[in-house]
Amino acid sequence: MALKTKTSTRIGVTILGWGIALWLFFPIFWMILTSFKSEVQAISTPPKLFFMPTLSSYAEVFERASYWHFALNTVIVSVGATAIAIALAVPAAYSMAFIPSKRTRGTLLWMLSTRMLPPVGVLVPIYLLARNTHLLDTCTGLVIVDMLTNLPIIVWMLYTFFREVPAPILEAGRMDGATRWQEMTMVLLPLALPGIASTALLSLILCWNEAFWSLNLTSSHAAPLTAFIASFSSPEGLFFGKLSAASTLAVAPILIFGWISQKQLVRGLTFGAVK
Amino acid sequence: MATVELKNLRKTYLTEEIIKGISLSIEEREFVVFVGPSGCGKSTLLRMIAGLEDITSGDLLIDGHRMNDVEPGKRGLAMVFQSYALYPHMNVYKNMEFGLKLSGMPEAERRAKIEHVARTLQLEPYLNHKPGQLSGGQRQRVAIGRAIVRNPKVFLFDEPLSNLDAALRGQMRVELSALHRKLGATTIYVTHDQVEAMTMADKIVVLQKGVVEQIGSPLELYHHPRNLFVARFIGSPPMNFFSAIFQGGDAAGSSVQLRDGSSLYVPVTSPGLLPGTKVTVGIRPEHVELASSGPNSGVVEVIERLGAITLVHVRMPDGEIIVVQTDGAALTDVDTRVSLTLPPHNCHLFAPDGLAFEACHRHPLAA
Ligand SMILES: Nc1ncnc2c1ncn2[C@@H]1O[C@H](COP(=O)(O)OP(=O)(O)OP(=O)(O)O)[C@@H](O)[C@H]1O
Ligand SMILES: [Mg+2]
Repeated sequence: MALKTKTSTRIGVTILGWGIALWLFFPIFWMILTSFKSEVQAISTPPKLFFMPTLSSYAEVFERASYWHFALNTVIVSVGATAIAIALAVPAAYSMAFIPSKRTRGTLLWMLSTRMLPPVGVLVPIYLLARNTHLLDTCTGLVIVDMLTNLPIIVWMLYTFFREVPAPILEAGRMDGATRWQEMTMVLLPLALPGIASTALLSLILCWNEAFWSLNLTSSHAAPLTAFIASFSSPEGLFFGKLSAASTLAVAPILIFGWISQKQLVRGLTFGAVK
Repeated sequence: MATVELKNLRKTYLTEEIIKGISLSIEEREFVVFVGPSGCGKSTLLRMIAGLEDITSGDLLIDGHRMNDVEPGKRGLAMVFQSYALYPHMNVYKNMEFGLKLSGMPEAERRAKIEHVARTLQLEPYLNHKPGQLSGGQRQRVAIGRAIVRNPKVFLFDEPLSNLDAALRGQMRVELSALHRKLGATTIYVTHDQVEAMTMADKIVVLQKGVVEQIGSPLELYHHPRNLFVARFIGSPPMNFFSAIFQGGDAAGSSVQLRDGSSLYVPVTSPGLLPGTKVTVGIRPEHVELASSGPNSGVVEVIERLGAITLVHVRMPDGEIIVVQTDGAALTDVDTRVSLTLPPHNCHLFAPDGLAFEACHRHPLAA
């Protein structure tokens, strides 16, 4: 009896899981599908599931805009912002996790609260700051903004991962003569590596898909892939085939990269459970 | 080898004082054990010596040098943690090598040292294992090995055996004692296991709520506890206590009247108490003798037979329970009436403030 309930529960959970997965994946699936349609097929009603695939949209997209220029900007910005953010967040999270003070809790909450502010609320000041420091339409400017917007989340995630590391292990390092720096780099970092890797991956994804600041702070020189997509959405009306092709091209690298590293990600996110 | 001296050490967390002015001298090669109930500040005190906690006030001297502000790694100490705290990502060899590497010791010398220590601790087969692949006892050995290779002036142990099962704990206790004799290093050892304290220590420091209750050799604490707290804490099963009325004293002893009206003349000097004052009599279970008739009679309520010894719990007329330790073959039965003989020279008297009356004669083993 109990076994039976268990089996039916398991089937239910499996169906639910697949349902959610399909629901989440459907837009991406439809986007990829549409990118292989002609513009006419793309807007036909009812939508076609089976059709003769064509690469015409891709050909036009490559013809009209230089994909590699945008892609390179995105790579520079996401990798740069992530690297700097991690470098700043590791010492911050270390001190919060292992040398907490009365204000640590409050600082963490305050940092997170900055994420609750709608970005548009600070659009004008940040735009003016960027303009006055000549960082408009530069990768450097975008790196700084992306890095700062993600920093709170990264510190939070690293903080939770570091909290999983038993303090006596670090203290043993200190007794062995390690300086604070050596303790962090030689003892803590190797232990928290899965967590750091998944944090970096998350940051990479967030930066890759970041559109608000990219669209507002860049025009051509430093425009990343999100701007590349946007350039196919407005001027001469909507062309779903080309828009889908551009979007597919924009998300493909991070999608593939995420897929490859998902094992690492899962390991990092369940770090505490498997310790 | 080194001496350690604590001068009025204090530690305050926020507003609460945890360590309330502890002074102590530890001689070269001495094995000192800190005991006390949970939360009394043993670990905190040890961590202050180690440098893992700041010292709020007072001085810590190692070999005569003030160490309050010296980094933990530069104090010449090594510590073994209760949770072992091995580096999980390094194998046994690397765990032991870490501190040596940081100190800049050349590779060949490191290898020789680690191999020597591994041989001493029978860790040779495991040098390439990660801590996760070892049993609790083996991990403990690695933790001890990691401490030994650094050749510290002082060893610090924080309840190193408390995660091991009883048999292994007994074995490790003997090994640690042997190791201490061999290395001759000054050792500070925290435990709340009194068998460990009694068997390993040259000197026991009994702590309660951040203050020292008594410092002395194991037998000194056993035979001459300074107050009620130490009397209750040292010894297993614990000392029996019952109240009595102080009648008067002279140079050779003090006399008290017990509840049943009989009087007892104990060879301890009375600290100027007024006759009629309520005092506490203490006697260890192993010192009470059973008789079939006589004064101080009660009814046997529980009998615990441990094989070699028997513990007899006797309920006295006033409701108090007195535990008597007799030999394993004792024929006493539950619900029978027995009398207790209290040899005066084994009795302790405690004044109302808890302080013990001083014994007229020191025990020969606790001089
Ligand atoms: N970081 C801290 N902040 C505030 N109070 C603390 C801190 N660490 C310890 N304490 C307090 O200090 C007291 C002594 O703690 P400590 O760990 O030294 O006790 P202990 O004697 O080692 O106990 P146990 O036998 O349980 O290990 C406890 O009351 C504890 O609550
Ligand atoms: Mg403790």
